[in-house]
Amino acid sequence: MEMFWLIPLVPGASAFILAVFGKRLSKKYVSWQACLSVFASFLLSLVSFFGLLKISPESLPVVKTLFRWIESGSFSADLSLQLDPLSSVMTLVVTGVGFLIHVYSVGYMAHDKGYKRYFTYLNLFTFAMLILVMGANLVLMFVGWEGVGLCSYLLIGFWFEKHSAANAGKKAFIVNRIGDAAFILGIFFIFLVVGSGDFRAITGAIEGGAVTQGMATLIALLLFIGATGKSAQIPLYVWLPDAMEGPTPVSALIHAATMVTAGVYMVARMNLLFTLSGTAAQVVGIVGALTAIFAATMALTQNDIKRVLAYSTISQIGYMFIGCGVGAYAAGMFHLFTHAFFKSLLFLAAGSVMHALSGELDMRKMGGLRKYLPLTYPAFLVGAIAIAGVPFLSGFFSKDAILTQAFAQGQYFVWAFGLMGAVLTAFYMFRLVFLTFFGQERIEPHAKDHLHESPRVMTVPLVMLAFFSVVAGYVGLPVVLGEKANLFNRFLEPVIHPAHEGAHLSISAEWMLILASVAVALCGIYAAYVFYLRSPRLPHRIVARFPALYKLLYNKYYVDEIYNEVFVRPLVGGSQIIYDNFDLRVIDGTIDGTAAATGFAGKVLSLFQSGLVKDYALALLLGVAVFLGYLLF
Amino acid sequence: MIPVSYFIGLSILLFILGVIAFFIKRDLITMFMAVEVMLNAANLAFIALAKAAGSPAGQVIVFFVITVAAAEAAVGLAIILLVFRQKKSIKAEDMRLMKG
Repeated sequence: MEMFWLIPLVPGASAFILAVFGKRLSKKYVSWQACLSVFASFLLSLVSFFGLLKISPESLPVVKTLFRWIESGSFSADLSLQLDPLSSVMTLVVTGVGFLIHVYSVGYMAHDKGYKRYFTYLNLFTFAMLILVMGANLVLMFVGWEGVGLCSYLLIGFWFEKHSAANAGKKAFIVNRIGDAAFILGIFFIFLVVGSGDFRAITGAIEGGAVTQGMATLIALLLFIGATGKSAQIPLYVWLPDAMEGPTPVSALIHAATMVTAGVYMVARMNLLFTLSGTAAQVVGIVGALTAIFAATMALTQNDIKRVLAYSTISQIGYMFIGCGVGAYAAGMFHLFTHAFFKSLLFLAAGSVMHALSGELDMRKMGGLRKYLPLTYPAFLVGAIAIAGVPFLSGFFSKDAILTQAFAQGQYFVWAFGLMGAVLTAFYMFRLVFLTFFGQERIEPHAKDHLHESPRVMTVPLVMLAFFSVVAGYVGLPVVLGEKANLFNRFLEPVIHPAHEGAHLSISAEWMLILASVAVALCGIYAAYVFYLRSPRLPHRIVARFPALYKLLYNKYYVDEIYNEVFVRPLVGGSQIIYDNFDLRVIDGTIDGTAAATGFAGKVLSLFQSGLVKDYALALLLGVAVFLGYLLF
Repeated sequence: MIPVSYFIGLSILLFILGVIAFFIKRDLITMFMAVEVMLNAANLAFIALAKAAGSPAGQVIVFFVITVAAAEAAVGLAIILLVFRQKKSIKAEDMRLMKG
């Protein structure tokens, strides 16, 4: 327990060693070190978690201050790590899922020439993410926040020879910068109001009434803009689908399970602020609901297996924000927790499909893969069922907890959007399953020659994630099964301060809501079955009937194009004008002018340099004469 | 007793002769000698003023100047010798390498 501060340092040290000595180490050693460092970190997280269970809630959080980091006037920040239930959940997810993905990567990246570079980045990412979730003040959290952003950039652009990958990395980085600018402004405002970035001090200040409601709204909204960037919500979600250019395990770890949920973690961490503001919480809920449904509709028409999952991730994070927005922070965190398992499972299974088909991503060139991939198929199916919200799997419990809370708080608009999103989720996930694993084979001949199930090092993590996708939900059973059934909420209680007390629904209403979610999920699955298995011509007929709608969805509402016209083009054009006029003329002109003036002065002065000793002596004599004249007269 | 002003006058006269010689002569040896004349003009002024002031400091300085001048003469003549070997001439105008 006392060793909890080592959790981030182990992968950090490993990343450092790989970065410095990586070239001289053997591939085998690199794999072992990278995986074992994350595993060690996972074990430490587990030990710390059980340690936390024994500690009384009054002594939370456990803080370890390593040293005073920055001190300047009244501004100071410590390098201190903290552990409380919220951090503990996050460290378990990051290191647990992270470890499985590290192992999977050993198989997936085996033939890549950037193998060691890949594991260096992956370890570095784990380190940064753990700093993010364990930092005891906003400044250190921001360091982790930027660290994961950097690793995300490096890993999206991992195959940087590919133009699209390099561009996708840049896009992710720049879009995140926009959010981060707002985020850091929020941090400054907190320093202004509270005088410290320490989470305990912030909690104390809010509970002591030092923060006015207007200020809380301003700060919370700024922080939330940061969260929309990192967690890919409207309006800053555009980078995440492009981020699929990176290796698939990276999409699973960074762009599904951990990094993109940092925004949710941050909102949950600052829950008092959002609750105090009220308006900000409302904004979070509405943005979450809009994103949930907006991204789900975009997932409907995509043919790229990873892009469907990317839009699905955006949509699911929307659900987490719905949870936070309606004051059910624990439910939001619970969905984060379960989502980490089934979404990384889905990505890794998709990666396994790609691996089997020599890198094919287009679902139109798959089909009937069920019999070729005897392990990947059931794993994928489990993930799809879990995310669709079918009862008894994890996604059902967490999504239902969010929607029930939304309904209970009277946020019917948000609830309805969430429910519609759930139909769409079930539909597009099973569209994916049916197109990929069922129906007739549409595999290209050259891919079929190499068709094979992935090696054990890849399938074992799949099986383990599938196991967790099933059981993870049982730590947060719905309230209808008893007040104490939700272990997850009870564990988080010391950190998450319930926003609305006593807004409980009657038992029958709860059951109705559960039945509604179940019905919705099954409807979605059945619709997908009708569309893609029973009568495969139906989608074409519908497309022919509503060509404009299909085109709008297929082109993702033209958001990328609109952003390009409204923001990118004017910026690039403006920069070009400034470059042509200011840079080339004013700045370069000044520099060139200085050089020319110096040269000219040298030329003039060199005329005095005759090389004749007598001239110099004469100058000396005149100088002495003038000096003497000055002294004497 | 000869008044100090006489010595000073002689010293100034010698110095001016040295300066004139330095500027009108063209070969290095003569210019070098002109410099020596200027040096000794200064020495004369030192001794005269030291005697008048009754302090030995001026005389001590003159000893130093003579010593340094001897060393300087050796170095200066060596330079002139080397210049001659290179250029087969000791005319000051022939050495204009430093012309800008």
